[in-house]
Amino acid sequence: MHDKTLAELARSLDAGEFSSRELTQHLLGRIDRLDGELNCFITVTFDQALAAADAADKSRAAGKAGPLTGLPLALKDIFCTRDVRTTAGSRMLDNFISPYDATVVEKLATAGTVSLGKTNMDEFAMGSSNENSHYGPVKNPWDLAAVPGGSSGGSAAAVAAGLVPAAIGTDTGGSIRQPAAFCGITGLKPTYGRVSRYGMIAYASSLDQAGPMARTAEDCALLLSAMAGHDLHDSTCVARGVPDYTEELDTPLAGLKIGLPREYFGDGLAPEVEAAMRDAVKAFESLGASVREVSLPHTHYAIPAYYVIAPAEASSNLSRYDGVRFGHRCDSPSDLIDLYKRSRAEGFGDEVKRRILIGTHTLSEGFFDAYYKKAQQVRRLIRQDFLDAFEEVDVLMGPASPTPAFDLGAKKDPVSMYLQDIYTIAINLAGIPGMSVPAGFVGNRPVGLQILGNHFAEARLLNVAHQFQQATDWHRHRPAFAEENA
Amino acid sequence: MALEHADVQRAAHLARLGLNDEDAARYVDDLGRILEMVDMLQALDTEGIAPLAHPLDVTQRLRADEVTESDQRERFQRCAPAVEDGLYLVPRVVE
Amino acid sequence: MQWETVIGLEVHVQLATRSKIFSGASTAFGAEPNTQACAVDLGLPGVLPVLNEAAVAMAVKFGLAIHAEIPEVSVFDRKNYFYPDLPKGYQTSQMYQPIVGAGVVEITLEDGTTKPIRVHHAHLEEDAGKSLHEDFHGMTGVDLNRAGTPLLEIVSEPDMRSAKEAAAYLKAIHSIVTYLGISDGNMAEGSMRCDVNVSVRPKDQEAFGTRAEIKNVNSFRFVERAIAFEVERQIELLEDGGKVIQETRLFDPDRDETRSMRTKEEANDYRYFPCPDLLPVVLDQAYIDHLRDNLPELPAEKRARFESELGLSAYDASVLSATREMADYFEEVKDVCGDAKQAANWVQGELAGALNREGLAIADSPVSAHQLGELIARVIDDTINGKAAKQVFQALWNGQGAKADDVIEAQGLKQVTDTGAIEAMIDQVIADSPAQVAQYRDAEPEKRGKMIGYFVGQVMKASRGTANPQQVNQLLKQKLDALC
Repeated sequence: MHDKTLAELARSLDAGEFSSRELTQHLLGRIDRLDGELNCFITVTFDQALAAADAADKSRAAGKAGPLTGLPLALKDIFCTRDVRTTAGSRMLDNFISPYDATVVEKLATAGTVSLGKTNMDEFAMGSSNENSHYGPVKNPWDLAAVPGGSSGGSAAAVAAGLVPAAIGTDTGGSIRQPAAFCGITGLKPTYGRVSRYGMIAYASSLDQAGPMARTAEDCALLLSAMAGHDLHDSTCVARGVPDYTEELDTPLAGLKIGLPREYFGDGLAPEVEAAMRDAVKAFESLGASVREVSLPHTHYAIPAYYVIAPAEASSNLSRYDGVRFGHRCDSPSDLIDLYKRSRAEGFGDEVKRRILIGTHTLSEGFFDAYYKKAQQVRRLIRQDFLDAFEEVDVLMGPASPTPAFDLGAKKDPVSMYLQDIYTIAINLAGIPGMSVPAGFVGNRPVGLQILGNHFAEARLLNVAHQFQQATDWHRHRPAFAEENA
Repeated sequence: MALEHADVQRAAHLARLGLNDEDAARYVDDLGRILEMVDMLQALDTEGIAPLAHPLDVTQRLRADEVTESDQRERFQRCAPAVEDGLYLVPRVVE
Repeated sequence: MQWETVIGLEVHVQLATRSKIFSGASTAFGAEPNTQACAVDLGLPGVLPVLNEAAVAMAVKFGLAIHAEIPEVSVFDRKNYFYPDLPKGYQTSQMYQPIVGAGVVEITLEDGTTKPIRVHHAHLEEDAGKSLHEDFHGMTGVDLNRAGTPLLEIVSEPDMRSAKEAAAYLKAIHSIVTYLGISDGNMAEGSMRCDVNVSVRPKDQEAFGTRAEIKNVNSFRFVERAIAFEVERQIELLEDGGKVIQETRLFDPDRDETRSMRTKEEANDYRYFPCPDLLPVVLDQAYIDHLRDNLPELPAEKRARFESELGLSAYDASVLSATREMADYFEEVKDVCGDAKQAANWVQGELAGALNREGLAIADSPVSAHQLGELIARVIDDTINGKAAKQVFQALWNGQGAKADDVIEAQGLKQVTDTGAIEAMIDQVIADSPAQVAQYRDAEPEKRGKMIGYFVGQVMKASRGTANPQQVNQLLKQKLDALC
């Protein structure tokens, strides 16, 4: 059961091969047995999961099942879930039982999905390896010495290990796409504003976006159809109809124009990853697509611009964690300043503090123009690069990450960690949608192909990814860890 | 733009982050390298380019002036570290 | 040396929306602590703001009322600082692109002259909560009910030159916002609060002196007193060879002085940047035109109309247009009785006196405008005389009757104008007062005028006040003179 895609599981449930309760119990059992090693989950919601599964079985019996009814998934622990602990991977929120549900959580529950729990992540989504979690690192099921990527590392590893068929992640600079690539699964970061951010704990508000992580593009399409859409609680969530994203999956790719950004194939790209990319492109050509080189000239300014904008927004977004209304509060504060300074010093981890300090510094008097304003100007140039490219091609393709998953503990220097995100970060600055799909291996570690589209071109991206998955079987590979422990 | 110890202390104070000297020294180092990487932006001529705050060119939607929320104090204060008589408690603030 | 005072005001007006500026929580005053602080107001993890349309409309109406430019695009920024009454660690405000641009407010001084005061801009922002310092074992209690209440901050240019001008400006703002119905203007409940920037300079000097900011001055009277004190303090300081330092001061109404707020060495650094959770607010011309077309008549227009159309004096027009309640009351009285001058006299005389005695606002008057109008109409059509009218007013005030006519009927106050009846009463009085008649007869003719008062009084008494006083006078004179 744990090998199947959401679409396959839906068919099995429809056919009565097993119930949602049986499926849920099976996966909860796997989590129980395997997650001690992987550390994908911060909180497993056994009782709520079984109750939701029973409710799903009931509505299926009553003939009221939708496409996602009774299907299990996991939520990154950045989504507020009513009456369930929601930590954002931080000691700061270790005791935070959310009094409300995020819009995405509500929508997925309404669609009948069964949440098994909350997955591990880099603290406040700041990280690319999941090593910045207060709850310890997550291991990559393909190679337990490797990181799963981050910040949605728990979500990616849980899907790869067969603990759950799908999970919801968030992506501010690559946090869905990079762990999806490292764990050999399919992940989609939608257009900024496509999915509501209400109830999703903010890291950098103008960049954050929630998206699905699953085994196939088809599953991502099923999930996005349920997650996306207008929300009265989020001003930045666009009022735009939500198509059925599964409808265009089967459109043939003949005539598709693919652009390969020159800057995504330069120095620093591991040769084996590049080889996998070239193979993938060949597969598309054989499906009738044409390929040309394009240029995104400001690519190399994306990381510097991001490390001004994201920390600036984060420094402000994280001011609410002050030990007054919720979250960690230090013992016996001597005065108000002591309450603030100690609660925050104790509650936040190293990387979070680094970014708060950077953001505070760059926004402060005398620095604002040189850093923040400059970064926002560069942001416009970066977006324009993409808009120009999409005048010429339908989609862009390249690696999701310059290397496969690196070893746990390998990157001690923050800057070298930041540079990992060279191919993913610009996408968030531009607000366009991007996917990562499995496209090969380097040794036993997966490689992800990134596919990018223009604003609101999710249906096209899913179609392209699905056609690739009809022609290749990289997405069907399962890590030995999951098999041995079946 | 070089980063001084005082800059980090100042940012830490503005951000209400307690740092001991050892932390501060480490952050001067880390932040210095991050800003060095960021300084690459200065090489780019952005004269006349309008700053971009949001990735989409959309405008603010307005909400009707309706009271939609009811009292949930008890629920909201369950996760509060210190409350009394419905008030959040903090160390005495001197006006 | 001759000194000149320079004053600029920042007025914070709580807008009278039902719900908060960025959330659906109620803005009602006086609820139990934190019962009107929803997830958004508390800044819970993950919550987001959505802008209230009514707050935008109210801000724009204010802008139109002061003939300000309304920019097409305005933007919300975050002002970052830590304080327990500021749940998110930032206040959402407008730093760079406010919703209302430059405008002008006309103030009226006591001598009836007017002066334009320029408004630099007005911007929308969210109010903070309240810290309560009562005893919680040495702790401070935080109530966030007020957090997120919409504020319009109106920033003037430094155009005022005296405490009186500042008070007049504040009154003018109060009058505009209450006329527009965008605020209840209740200063006691904090619906209008004001920061005052004060500096002095030698009379012939162009450059401004160093200013002090006096925070949270919350009544018209306090504004005058705080400025008076502060001006004196600064002049004394300068004349003693000292220097004014730029600082924030607090006005203490009990001791009638301002004093420095103990601020730390550090200057604030609010790190303003555009709020990424809110998008630019774009107002189209049709929307602005619609609001403009539906603006009510404003105090300045009303005052002008009261003078030109109703023929009231400048003073009466200004008093009667001071608040919307007053103006509405007066206009209804005038419409019912049909005489603007009589209506003005009654509203400013008998009514104002009674309200004053009992400390009531005009909105709480026990005598409605309609009742008063009907009463005045009975004076105009001679049904009752002035004296009886006061009696009727008192009866209506005390709730002894729903209409003037009922009171007149019940108390028999209808004026006697029947000459025969009055003559009969006069004859009786003359017959009963031989001594006074004799005195009258013996008096010099020019002194008789004064002496007639006694007889008038007796006749009025005999008629229980209902006789028409002019007729009584005239007939008495005839009859007494006939006896001479």
